[in-house]
Amino acid sequence: MDITFMFETMKTLLAALPMTLALFSLSVFFGGLLALVIVWMRVSGNTIARNFAKGYIFVFRGSPLLIQMFLIFYGLGQFGFIRYSFLWPALREPFVCAVLSLALCTAGYTAEIFRFGLRAIPAKEIEAARSVGMSGFLLTRRILAPIAFRHALPAYSTEVVMMVKSTALASLVTVWEVTGVAQRLISQTYRTMEVFLCAAAIYLILNFLILQAMALLEYKLTPHRRAAPLFPVPQR
Amino acid sequence: MTPTTLNQTGTTMAGTTRLSVRNIRKSFGTHEVLRGISLDARDGDVISLLGASGSGKSTFLRCINLLEIADHGEISVDGELIQMEQRGGKNVPANRRQVDRIRSELGMVFQSFNLWSHMTILENVIEGPVHVLKRPRAECIAEAEVLLEKVGIAEKRNAYPAHLSGGQQQRAAIARSLAMKPKVMLFDEPTSALDPELVGEVLRVMRSLAEEGMTMLVVTHEMSFARNVSNRVIFMKSGEIDSDGAPDQLFGSGGSPSFRQFIGNFGG
Ligand SMILES: Nc1ncnc2c1ncn2[C@@H]1O[C@H](COP(=O)(O)OP(=O)(O)OP(=O)(O)O)[C@@H](O)[C@H]1O
Ligand SMILES: [Mg+2]
Repeated sequence: MDITFMFETMKTLLAALPMTLALFSLSVFFGGLLALVIVWMRVSGNTIARNFAKGYIFVFRGSPLLIQMFLIFYGLGQFGFIRYSFLWPALREPFVCAVLSLALCTAGYTAEIFRFGLRAIPAKEIEAARSVGMSGFLLTRRILAPIAFRHALPAYSTEVVMMVKSTALASLVTVWEVTGVAQRLISQTYRTMEVFLCAAAIYLILNFLILQAMALLEYKLTPHRRAAPLFPVPQR
Repeated sequence: MTPTTLNQTGTTMAGTTRLSVRNIRKSFGTHEVLRGISLDARDGDVISLLGASGSGKSTFLRCINLLEIADHGEISVDGELIQMEQRGGKNVPANRRQVDRIRSELGMVFQSFNLWSHMTILENVIEGPVHVLKRPRAECIAEAEVLLEKVGIAEKRNAYPAHLSGGQQQRAAIARSLAMKPKVMLFDEPTSALDPELVGEVLRVMRSLAEEGMTMLVVTHEMSFARNVSNRVIFMKSGEIDSDGAPDQLFGSGGSPSFRQFIGNFGG
């Protein structure tokens, strides 16, 4: 192997890492916010909201992300009301289209993950909260969301890792993130193996760090599931 | 705590009515579980609710703090009537805020403790005062520590519910209720889920609450508690009050034949 070439390749690819990270963090952030809205609609008593959420989840989970991205990138401009709206300057940007489609897609998955988290909350703990006078937003903020989030965390970290990998698709709508830059390098050098190996290493390290962070978060949030280290065994 | 009038005999003594229930009815489908129950609890009353399984004791307690909504009847807590209205042919609370407030004034202790498993014992106890009553956190922590001391689990303040024995969890749940400074405490078989050797520690806490003048409504199968701690015993049968009176009177000779048969099963 050509160490200098690998080194140069790494440098070039790492220069595109901020773009990958921007795609990832913006889409996870906005996708997460949207997921909260979708799951709220999904579990609400309102039939229209619930069915809208069901339809949303069906569409965005059921169709390929790449097609969603192409539809947004090539398709939106065909609608006059979008083309002539104030949003067009933004929606014309490949980066905005990529973030938009990544966020819309992850929102569908994340909404389902959060919903399973909600269903795992013990009814008795909700009842206890009601009996001290909690309801509505307070109940959600203090009891429902914290318990649901803890239950959802393992599945959610899988989704987050999927999102890191999904950012690679943005190269197909001309966003120069790590994979896109790798392909450009290959077309210039024809050294497929070395370049893609470097790219894969970057994704692996990135995902390793993210998984470690998620595992640490889960560890911090669930001391109640571990044996009590500081306390003597309860005398029974 | 509230000024206390210890009412040992169950006869009407001067004292504020803390809880008043008028003619509560409740059906699940076609099954009528409560068939018109009325009850007044005065300040410091300790009322034991006895009855066979399925007689509607839990449903009655849950109707009082609106975890179940009665189909019919009126409930007042400390003189405040809970507003109800008819909506879609059903009896529902008219004012959610009032429901939340009333619930915060009624302490509920469940058979299976129902502590929030992701919070430490101390966090469980201060949760209501800090977030429902919106009181200063430091003050709530100081009070919580006194309460935990009182129920005998001060050293468990930073432990999680899963790390406590059943008896300790139930005492923590009692402390959590007390932290809200309730006007009336409702207990639904607080010792039924406990191993026999852990029952005593919970009953001792309940007894000391009774002696301090807490108004308590206790569903229980502990005959010794009903006899020796409460000042009034109500025996429910098929959703109705069958016998109602001072423990001496009922356990003496005053109880109905059904009551006699019921306590006979406990070797009473
Ligand atoms: N949510 C519900 N839906 C349908 N039926 C119910 C419901 N809750 C209680 N019931 C029924 O109402 C009746 C009274 O139940 P309840 O739990 O009040 O009895 P209980 O006196 O507390 O009995 P136990 O001593 O076993 O706790 C029972 O027949 C029960 O099956
Ligand atoms: Mg019961």
